Amino acid sequence: MTDKESKELQAKEKTAVSTPAESTRPGPVFEPAVDIFENEKELILLADIPGVKSSDLTIDLNDGVLTLSGDAESPEKQNESDIFREYRTGKYFRQFTVSEAVDQSKIEAELKEGVLHLHLPKVEVVAPRKIAVKSS
Amino acid sequence: MPAFNRRSPFEELDRMRRQMDRVLSSYSDDMPGSGIAGVFPLANLSEDKDAYYVRAELPGIKANDLDISITGKTLSISGERSITAHGDKVKYHRREREAGSFSRVITLPGQADANKVEAQCSNGVLTIVLPKAESAKPKQIAVKAS
Repeated sequence: MTDKESKELQAKEKTAVSTPAESTRPGPVFEPAVDIFENEKELILLADIPGVKSSDLTIDLNDGVLTLSGDAESPEKQNESDIFREYRTGKYFRQFTVSEAVDQSKIEAELKEGVLHLHLPKVEVVAPRKIAVKSS
Repeated sequence: MPAFNRRSPFEELDRMRRQMDRVLSSYSDDMPGSGIAGVFPLANLSEDKDAYYVRAELPGIKANDLDISITGKTLSISGERSITAHGDKVKYHRREREAGSFSRVITLPGQADANKVEAQCSNGVLTIVLPKAESAKPKQIAVKAS
């Protein structure tokens, strides 16, 4: 699917959520925008998490629930004062249920330009095996 | 036997209303400035005594997809965000990220030194440092004691 339509991007405020988990640091928590798609071999998840370094990102797959949790530090230095502020910096948090059987040992994650690329390979479906009956 | 207070019966309601106000305002955005410009990308402008700082969140955008220029007090940011195609045989479950072009102008409150402006994009956050021109820097005024 190629997008060459160059439409104008609309400004959207980040969606703040309240998380079930406790925060170790006070601050807003946002839900990152994601794209989820699959091909024959894997599920691919792309999440927009600008400002998060890979050391501040936690990805967890437990009991069929995928949890993304990231921390973006406020880039403003101490002596900077705001003239106007249109977006806030905070944590990112989102959870998904993964219905497909995923091969957890082969999950790959890559963080590029503030976008998380998560590859979840599907478990190879075992083809049913016909059992021949020997007649003696 | 109930004790009768001389205070107004609405005092309790008043107190509850004040408490609710406090709780509700702590949930609302505490952003200085009036409302967002509504133009992509949303930006934060801050300053210290030497420079202005403009920051914008532009995930997935590489440095050469961006076009930044400054004229006097006007900073212009434009570019294109493309969503990489992931092959033909994909089924989408969710599509929240958008692709498209953007162009935005930010007016600085004072002059910046156009030759010393630096822009950097890391982790999807664009940071532009605009050192102030001498005329925009605050000057200390000495108060003479008579």
